[in-house]
Amino acid sequence: MNDASRRRLLALGALLIGGGAVGWMSMSTMGDDLVYYMSPTELVAKGEAGRDATVRIMGLVAADSVDWRPQEQLLRFRIDDGQTTLAIEGRGAPPQMFREGIGVVVEGRLGSDQVFRSHDVLIKHDNEYQPPQEGEHPGDIYKTLAEGS
Amino acid sequence: MELMRIKDLPITADLAGFAAVVGVIALGAVAWVARGGLTRRWEHLVGLLGLWMVIVGQYMGLVSSPRERMMGEVGRILYVHVPSAWLTMLTFTFTCAFATFFLFSGKRHWDHLVEATAEVGVVLSILLQATGMLFAKPTWGVFWDWDPRLVSTTVMMLSFMGVLTLRGLLDDVDRRATWTSVGSILATTSMIVTYFSVRWWRSIHQMQSSPDTVADPMVFVLRWNAFAFLFLTVWFVVQRARLSARREALDAPPALPEEVPA
Repeated sequence: MNDASRRRLLALGALLIGGGAVGWMSMSTMGDDLVYYMSPTELVAKGEAGRDATVRIMGLVAADSVDWRPQEQLLRFRIDDGQTTLAIEGRGAPPQMFREGIGVVVEGRLGSDQVFRSHDVLIKHDNEYQPPQEGEHPGDIYKTLAEGS
Repeated sequence: MELMRIKDLPITADLAGFAAVVGVIALGAVAWVARGGLTRRWEHLVGLLGLWMVIVGQYMGLVSSPRERMMGEVGRILYVHVPSAWLTMLTFTFTCAFATFFLFSGKRHWDHLVEATAEVGVVLSILLQATGMLFAKPTWGVFWDWDPRLVSTTVMMLSFMGVLTLRGLLDDVDRRATWTSVGSILATTSMIVTYFSVRWWRSIHQMQSSPDTVADPMVFVLRWNAFAFLFLTVWFVVQRARLSARREALDAPPALPEEVPA
């Protein structure tokens, strides 16, 4: 085989392997077992098995649920995925963007009292980028967290 | 807000836009190479346009565009982070295209463009990762997490770094060109997975924004900066391809000496 046809063969091989890998990944259900976070509904559905294991759950911070006590560094709130609401309790101040209605990914364990004890709260911002609406002061929102306590 | 992974989101619009940009640049590149593009320094005009646009664009991004509703001033890093992401993916797409052209035609100028786009793409992906980390800390709360989008982006960056490392290890010019191209085509897989990672898997990273989810004045600034980055990238790639061609000419073994009569 001469050089040119060997190169073409290699090109076809590489394109097939690469294309096949992408196609397989788009079709496979691999991601269903390897989840970065669960929804509260999925965690609760696991029952006993879902307790006392470190997991991440994601939901929206429920309205009027945030209770932040700066003296004790105690943060309590509820998250909601549309079906299930779960109480969260954690220590330390959350990231600056934390507010009611925003998406959060919480890492921690679900206790037998159905309270999820978090040791990490991350914010999941959606893909919307909008200027502030009338009367809003971007960047100041997080301050209302401390003031509201 | 998307709670679950969304696999079946319509992607026709992004694909059509992407195909249009790729098509125009690919035609330009083919025409350029066909006319012996390395002989004239036309790219400086494009580079100057890019430089001017990036200065104006960053002024708009930092000063004149509105603050973001939730993120405030921090959101302005969007105008660097998102164009770097787009250009990283576009550049690696061209690495793959040029690699295929090389393997089918055997013409060395495609190899120079493979090296140039892979290297510029790696630099862009470093910028992407750096701005992403700076963006993530004040918004999500962490610089890094083991999340599908962040991991796949890192795999993409390392894959192309690996291709460049492999290239550096091979001395024979033909073997080097062939295996760089094969490696580049395989590495492109990681780029496609990175793009779709936020749709295939649950991620802390938001899905791709579109003009429907971004306010008009921000869309304009984003597009402006994307074109600024595009023109600068073209300048860097052409410069780098030129350098690659010169290096190869320099490394080429000297012509065999004439038979010296005894």
